[in-house]
Amino acid sequence: MKFRHLIATTGMAAAFAATTAGAQTLVYCSEGSPEGFDPALYTSGTTFDASSHTVYNQLVEFETGTTNVVPGLAESYEASEDGLSYTFTLRSDVQFHANDSFTPSRPLNADDVIFTFERQMDEENPFHTYAGSWEYFNAMGMGELIESIEKVDDMTVRFNLTRPEAPFIANLAMDFASIMSKEYADAMMEAGTPEMINQAPIGTGPFTFQDYQTDAVIRYAANENYWEEGLPKVENLVFAITPDASVRLQRLQAGECHVMPYPNPADVESIRSNGDLELLEQEGLNVGYLAFNTTQEPFDNPDVRRAVNLAIDRDAIIDVVFQGTGRVAKNPIPPTMWSYNDAVEDYPHDPEQARQLLEEAGVSDLSMKVWAMPVQRPYNPNARRMAELIQEDLSEVGISVEIVSYEWGEYLERSSAEDRDGAVLLGWTGDNGDPDNFLSVLLGCDAVGGANRAQWCHEPFNELVAEAKTLTDQDERAALYEEAQVIFKEQAPWVTIAHSTVFMPVRAEVQDYIVHPLGGHIFDQVSLSQ
Amino acid sequence: MLRYLLSRLITFVPTFIGVTLISFAFIRVLPGDPIIVMAGERGLTQERYEELVQRFGFDQPLWQQFWDYLTGVVQGDLGNSFVTNRPVWDEFFTLFPATLELSLCAIIFAMVLGIPAGVIAAVYRGKFFDRALMSTALVGYSMPIFWWALLLIIVFSGWLGWTPVSGRIGLLYYFDDVTGFMLIDSLLSGQDGAFGSAVQHLILPSIVLGTIPLAVIARQTRSAMLEVLSEDYIRTARAKGLSSGRVNGLHALRNAMIPVITVIGLSVGTLMAGAILTETIFSWPGIGKWMVDSIFRRDYPVVQGGLLLIALIVMLVNLTVDVLYGLINPKIRKR
Repeated sequence: MKFRHLIATTGMAAAFAATTAGAQTLVYCSEGSPEGFDPALYTSGTTFDASSHTVYNQLVEFETGTTNVVPGLAESYEASEDGLSYTFTLRSDVQFHANDSFTPSRPLNADDVIFTFERQMDEENPFHTYAGSWEYFNAMGMGELIESIEKVDDMTVRFNLTRPEAPFIANLAMDFASIMSKEYADAMMEAGTPEMINQAPIGTGPFTFQDYQTDAVIRYAANENYWEEGLPKVENLVFAITPDASVRLQRLQAGECHVMPYPNPADVESIRSNGDLELLEQEGLNVGYLAFNTTQEPFDNPDVRRAVNLAIDRDAIIDVVFQGTGRVAKNPIPPTMWSYNDAVEDYPHDPEQARQLLEEAGVSDLSMKVWAMPVQRPYNPNARRMAELIQEDLSEVGISVEIVSYEWGEYLERSSAEDRDGAVLLGWTGDNGDPDNFLSVLLGCDAVGGANRAQWCHEPFNELVAEAKTLTDQDERAALYEEAQVIFKEQAPWVTIAHSTVFMPVRAEVQDYIVHPLGGHIFDQVSLSQ
Repeated sequence: MLRYLLSRLITFVPTFIGVTLISFAFIRVLPGDPIIVMAGERGLTQERYEELVQRFGFDQPLWQQFWDYLTGVVQGDLGNSFVTNRPVWDEFFTLFPATLELSLCAIIFAMVLGIPAGVIAAVYRGKFFDRALMSTALVGYSMPIFWWALLLIIVFSGWLGWTPVSGRIGLLYYFDDVTGFMLIDSLLSGQDGAFGSAVQHLILPSIVLGTIPLAVIARQTRSAMLEVLSEDYIRTARAKGLSSGRVNGLHALRNAMIPVITVIGLSVGTLMAGAILTETIFSWPGIGKWMVDSIFRRDYPVVQGGLLLIALIVMLVNLTVDVLYGLINPKIRKR
């Protein structure tokens, strides 16, 4: 509640500067309101920024700026030979936060870890249905994967799995695996207010939650007992919720905030040339693609798919649709991900060769549908425009294109259908930095009729990806994924279109902000120069 | 008067049921399954889908769902948001004061400028002032809110630095909600400069939201005044030798106010619609943005509950306007 005393005069920017000089307050103009503060209940990045990245920690965490998994609340872990069990040794003396209605009586121990997962997997757990459902836990298949969790001793926890699964460790670094305080949950249950753990969160993270004024402001203070020496660097953190991108930029320029996410692509150039601001950028962990229905004629013929690949001018798409804020994709996984195969040769833009391939395949007067999403996504800022460019390119090689679109929910549902007519524009943003999260989720045989929009089940590819999942050695896995990417390119179930760039405009006084490839906004290492 | 009020209140009942039904049906007519939208690109398994269908009660027949909803509404229970799981009622009343505060400021802004402008235009009918004013009003009336808001922000907050860009109060002021009205709470907090900061934050959004009502009020006042000014009793008043200020201000304006008040009452609906854009641009934590987000998320309880409460408010405002007629013009009360 130290904030109450940090009162300055009116006159916005002046007041702001004067106060920040005394106690460092970092203001982040966030793009939306969190749905709640128990990250396991939700799937949106906006909610994770406000909860798992500030208030909580995970057993293992993603090193900020990379997709490498490093120790978090677990000092170390060990996998059994057969890959069926993982034993975690917890860090000692990690303190949970306190608030008006709760003061922890003990540091973090194995009970907290077990509670965190049991509430998501065990229907008998009193918190299983307290506020909603556990979408990410379920989406990552954790329920079927975890057989049991044992408390070996107070500071040691063992996860027993039903099958060896290498991405398991990366899953534990995800937001839904944020470690909660069992003591707090029990106290709230006893007080008859279990929902408080979702409204006034208690974690071990770098910032303690202070207050949330709905749709307006979230306030945090630095956790003075944080286990990681020297962090966080600022004393207060404020999220000023500002849904409109142009207004966020105005606020940043006026000094009302220090960091903003998701600028309009059209504003990128003016931000670059503004001396008060700095534009940080990184390739996003995403891919935008056009998926054929590989079970339908003539797209069951790889030559036809290759011809379409050759006919589309993706450089023009990057220029027009992304306004330069992206790069042409050649693989289904983004270049920042381990196992990315840079040796894969991309299809050039060659309408002549495309026409020839179509002729050889005996295809003439082809007409097809191209599905354009009705919404803006990180991997595709304007699907309609993209579809129009594709339509133009394809008409040059004699393919006539009809563009179709549906409301977003309908789009997602209908595009999954195995008998869908036409090629679909869609994309994906990685969850955990593991290649499996792209290659088997989007292209595996199990995902046909679901997230595999190409309905593509190609045994040689599928075997490689399935095998890689069972190995624990990362180099061995990488070798298999690299090979899988070669097969993918050759078979061409998609036209890989783009990986978009993530831009983060910050004020010049912001030090050490790191753009995180997984999309989260993380502030513990950030400081402000005076 | 009491009987009049009661008879008006009784007519609320069928309207209320109608609105409940329409709001219930409206969100269900929109294409897009809330569960599929929630799962996004990731999708979900059939078992999981069925689990959620059951959880949200979508497996019940529609009439059953409506009946459950209606019985809940009658008992004051609008259900819980699918997304936040908080009661719709709580969410609405957390956010509503912000919308109300902004709407009141906007309508006050519109009246304070619009009525005198209309009167002056009528008095100087056909003169330069009248023409300039009426063409400005036309521009104001056709102003796209989004563009207008950004323009004001760029000029007054960006170039001139006179007003803050967005939000309800400076971020460094921090006090508990008492009434939910920032102007009042900032005074109650006793913090230096808090009230000033709240006022500064209200200026641009009130202007933006008040622009269309301002134009409408100015035009309506002008035409109502013109009509009244040509009446016999005004000529009589003039013939009696009353000063023109007394004639225009007392005799004419009071009689011209009836249609103007109607317009103000009707503009509550416009304000609610305008609030959606204005709140989004100015990061104003009110119900407009809350409703829009909920429609995109297909958050059924929030959309139907929010619509119902907004409709109720519009109905109450209209009732108030009718009562005001009576106060201003006794002839209507007796009818």
